[in-house]
Amino acid sequence: MASELPMAKDAPKDSPSSGLRGFMRALGAVVWKDLAAELRSRELLTSMLVFSLLVILIFNFALELDAKTRATVTSGVLWVTFAFAGTLGLNRSMAIEKDRGCLDGLLLAPVDRSAIYFGKTVGNLVFMLIVEAIVLPVYSILYNTNLLQPGLIAVILLGSIGFVAVGTLLSTMAVQTRTRDVLLPILLFPVIIPVMIAAVKASSGVLQGIDMAEILPWLNLLLVYDIIFTAVAFMVFDYVVEE
Amino acid sequence: MEKGAKPRLLTILDVVTILLLVVATAMVFFYAPMEAVMGQVQRVFYFHVAAGWVGMLGFLVAAIAGVAYLRTAKRKWDIVGLSAVEIGMVFALINIVTGAIWARPIWNTWWTWDPRLTTATIMELIYAAYLLLRQGIEDPDRRARFGAVYAIIGFLSVPLTFFSARLFRTIHPVVIGTNQPGAEGAFDMTSLMLQTFMFSLLTFSIIFADLLWHRIRLGRLADKVEQMKLKMAE
Repeated sequence: MASELPMAKDAPKDSPSSGLRGFMRALGAVVWKDLAAELRSRELLTSMLVFSLLVILIFNFALELDAKTRATVTSGVLWVTFAFAGTLGLNRSMAIEKDRGCLDGLLLAPVDRSAIYFGKTVGNLVFMLIVEAIVLPVYSILYNTNLLQPGLIAVILLGSIGFVAVGTLLSTMAVQTRTRDVLLPILLFPVIIPVMIAAVKASSGVLQGIDMAEILPWLNLLLVYDIIFTAVAFMVFDYVVEE
Repeated sequence: MEKGAKPRLLTILDVVTILLLVVATAMVFFYAPMEAVMGQVQRVFYFHVAAGWVGMLGFLVAAIAGVAYLRTAKRKWDIVGLSAVEIGMVFALINIVTGAIWARPIWNTWWTWDPRLTTATIMELIYAAYLLLRQGIEDPDRRARFGAVYAIIGFLSVPLTFFSARLFRTIHPVVIGTNQPGAEGAFDMTSLMLQTFMFSLLTFSIIFADLLWHRIRLGRLADKVEQMKLKMAE
């Protein structure tokens, strides 16, 4: 970093690579690119959404989601759905970059590589949150409950951040292998277990109206996971896109 | 000495390792006293814990080698990382299997979702994924980089998995009751037991060093063969 400083000083003030503002602008550009592309094709969100609803449908019959069962398994059903749909989205979002050579274009851009990582992560997070924002009310209507509780939304936000932070890094790796999309869940699920356990327990705690003091350890765990893995992914992302 | 020949020190280490293993086995069966409550099956404990230790050591070495590879981009660190993961996986599996053998008479079940057992299983899956990841990449440079990154990520997630699994059980005391390791099958070690235990740990650590050396040497030789093949093709 230090060696780049003089160059950054020489560069004009509004150069895309200078300082925090330049970083944020590069990050925003990557996010915007993803959102704009999605707005036109809508292929990512539609497939994630339809897939989510299908997963819930399968659960409905596999677990016979009657009122008694639902009380205990709702959070589990939700998180399995989010994890599967999220994996689908991560794969697609990275495959688009790889297939059309967009990733090379991104890497050629004179911006910090970590801006690309955070841009892709925020983009993936937005997609995941949109899917979750649609699945929650649909589930609420289908099963006559109210899932739109602030506590649950906080848990989902924290859990999704952890999922996407690791997922974006690992999907960048997975698309560059021979086995491609098959590999992502195999790489992702074993390292995402702490998020899954904590998110499921915290969600069911919120839904069952358990005392906040008992949910807090889970929220802390999610927070710690988010921070550690965002930091690590940020540090190693360079090596994953290096050519 | 001819380049690539087996170093004499490695041969000596082989012999020492085998002797240590024989002595450790003898100690487990004849030196350590029989545990009063559990009987013979408790003797599994010495190698069970030692194997678990070597498994963790292997994964730790792989993570450190991963950091070293990313920093230096030296091929040897990649070989060290892969070797450590392979050995770690074998010993972690020995750990799980011997644990199940012990658990059957003591806990009256082969398996329970105790935090340690859960973490051990997930750890095996992480490193299985590590091997699958490497298998899917042809370019050796990229394979090494991705392997290093995944070894670091995987190793970091292990303690978090353990904490979450433990928290899972403490908040839900339904499963704990009878099956917590501290409650069922705990025992105090006598000094003879402790000596046997320490000796097993030492033995397994030496086994790890010996195997690691062999595996690294194998990796280097495989590299050499690869280069020779490329030369022949030219």
